[in-house]
Amino acid sequence: MAEFKEAPADASLVAKTTVWFENRFPTAFAEYKKHLSEYYAPKNFNFWYFFGSLAILVLAIQIVTGIFLVMHYKPDANLAFASVEYIMRDVPGGWIIRYMHSTGASAFFVVVYLHMYRGLIYGSYRKPRELVWIFGVAIFLCLMGEAFMGYLLPWGQMSYWGAQVIINLFAAIPFVGPDLALLIRGDYVVGDATLNRFFAFHVIAIPLVLIGLVVAHLLALHDVGSNNPDGVEIKATKDATGKPLDGIPFHPYYTVHDILGVSVFLMIFSAIVFFAPEMGGYFLEFNNFIPADPLKTPAHIAPVWYFTPYYSMLRATTDVMVNVLCVIFALGAVLAFIKGSMSGKAKMAMAVGALVAIALLKTFDAKFWGVVVMGAAVVILFFLPWLDQSPVKSIRYRPGWHKYVYGVFVVNFFILGWLGIEPVSEGKTLLSQVGTLYYFGFFMLMPWWSRLGEFKPVPERVVFNAH
Amino acid sequence: MSQDAIDPSRRAWIGIACGATAVGGVATAVPFVASFAPSERAKAAGAAVEVDISSLKAGEMATVEWRGKPVWILKRTPEQVESLKKTDAKVADPESKRKPDELTPEYARNQHRSRKPELLVAVGICSHLGCSPSAKLQAGAQPSLPDDWQGGFFCPCHGSTFDLAGRVYKNVPAPDNLEIPPHMFLSDSKLLIGEDKKA
Repeated sequence: MAEFKEAPADASLVAKTTVWFENRFPTAFAEYKKHLSEYYAPKNFNFWYFFGSLAILVLAIQIVTGIFLVMHYKPDANLAFASVEYIMRDVPGGWIIRYMHSTGASAFFVVVYLHMYRGLIYGSYRKPRELVWIFGVAIFLCLMGEAFMGYLLPWGQMSYWGAQVIINLFAAIPFVGPDLALLIRGDYVVGDATLNRFFAFHVIAIPLVLIGLVVAHLLALHDVGSNNPDGVEIKATKDATGKPLDGIPFHPYYTVHDILGVSVFLMIFSAIVFFAPEMGGYFLEFNNFIPADPLKTPAHIAPVWYFTPYYSMLRATTDVMVNVLCVIFALGAVLAFIKGSMSGKAKMAMAVGALVAIALLKTFDAKFWGVVVMGAAVVILFFLPWLDQSPVKSIRYRPGWHKYVYGVFVVNFFILGWLGIEPVSEGKTLLSQVGTLYYFGFFMLMPWWSRLGEFKPVPERVVFNAH
Repeated sequence: MSQDAIDPSRRAWIGIACGATAVGGVATAVPFVASFAPSERAKAAGAAVEVDISSLKAGEMATVEWRGKPVWILKRTPEQVESLKKTDAKVADPESKRKPDELTPEYARNQHRSRKPELLVAVGICSHLGCSPSAKLQAGAQPSLPDDWQGGFFCPCHGSTFDLAGRVYKNVPAPDNLEIPPHMFLSDSKLLIGEDKKA
């Protein structure tokens, strides 16, 4: 423990109170300095750096509105739908609290997708920030679980049949699948037991994990320091007192800066809450205003927009696609055998690996591989820090054509998202298959393509023109 | 004994204590994991459903709920029964040989997948991802269906198609035929769904 401080006798009441607390709870003061007043963030943050703090804001909105919704909501298959309508019509202010929560769900994904995109273009996942990124992807996974389980609670048609389809995905896992699906549902069909446990996960279990991960994400970030649009390590250039020359204290500089972002965000958020809470059926699907009917599936089922890119990849995995994957594995092994620069043993291992992969692909249903593809699309993000082998972090100093690779990746992600909402047709399935291959190609081939091209020299210090 | 020396017997006891705690921890997890399984009440809820089919006319379909799932009762017209011969070559498992114990009771392992040729009793849940297919009983070309459609069922979720005996067509996402629940006729007009032991 630190020395016990003594406030001067003529000190003000505020100063004396501060000293009283400093003596009894020094951690609060040390942490305030470490994370706010003496956390040096690069001074060249741009537009893309608003979304981290906005994600925290949305998390807070979701927690607060969620607590108030739980006060009126009934997690019971016979009462749930009516209780949501009760919140909307009879509870004073209930409609706005609920619309804030439902809009918040979509806003969370908008903000998090943009936040992840920022990390992608500026190489914020590169050494030494691998763990920051990994915690972030874990947060993204938790969010997906949170959104999926929360979507069941209104007990509308889309809630019910969406959950039915997604839980049945788990049943596609060989050997353990059907039992696993039974454990998730807690009944032979999606029913009251399912609703109750999803409620427990949605309001307690996942939020706790989520908050823990957010703390880990921030602590790890503050240990290694923030990246910036130039991908320059500001800790490499310090002044005589050991402060980074290109860093400014988070508080007050970035707290004030982020208040601007928060203001603009809240304008857009409120506009949606007041004028377009359903967002044309994208934020709240129209079929979900019909109570769940286990006997009748709506004519057209699509997940909420934030899941659609992954859903497209699931649907793209047909028997034909499995055959294409087999050919790709075989070609990959052959190429590695001829062109690879590894030892003979490694080559043999790759060939055997490819054969095993092909054998497995042909053994199990395309349905199972669809689930694997969808899962892999998220899990592959965990490996990004090691897939990217480019000598520079930021897109700014990468070869010009890299920007096109990223650009196509983004457009492709949007197209996959759109396809996930559309009904299936032959042409669209083909398009989603091409899109899926690009998505995975982007990541799997990254160790190769990210090294190619003419890289620009990275400056010693960040590029920043004061305004 | 010096301060820095390692006392192996203490180390051993620490190891044993940690191991015992781990065993206890895992054992404690058992009831929590077990609580995810269907409750006794859920298991008991699978009671058989009795249906009066006397008012069902040829070409009509009724849907009843059994174990929370839709069960279709379709009284096929002679032409519809006849159409099953045409679809024989187009369906993936015409003789219901796949997963027979789960999907098709012994008395339904025939072309019409039913006890009586005209009366189909099937669980209306797609074998792909569990949506409930829509009845498209009318034969002939229709949107999102093949031109030589003989009548059958179409799953709106991922486009799987089934013929009028609930047999899955080839090259659709669904891997298997629709499930035929255990059922028996109590009389000409009374059908019991969920039980067939007494038959």
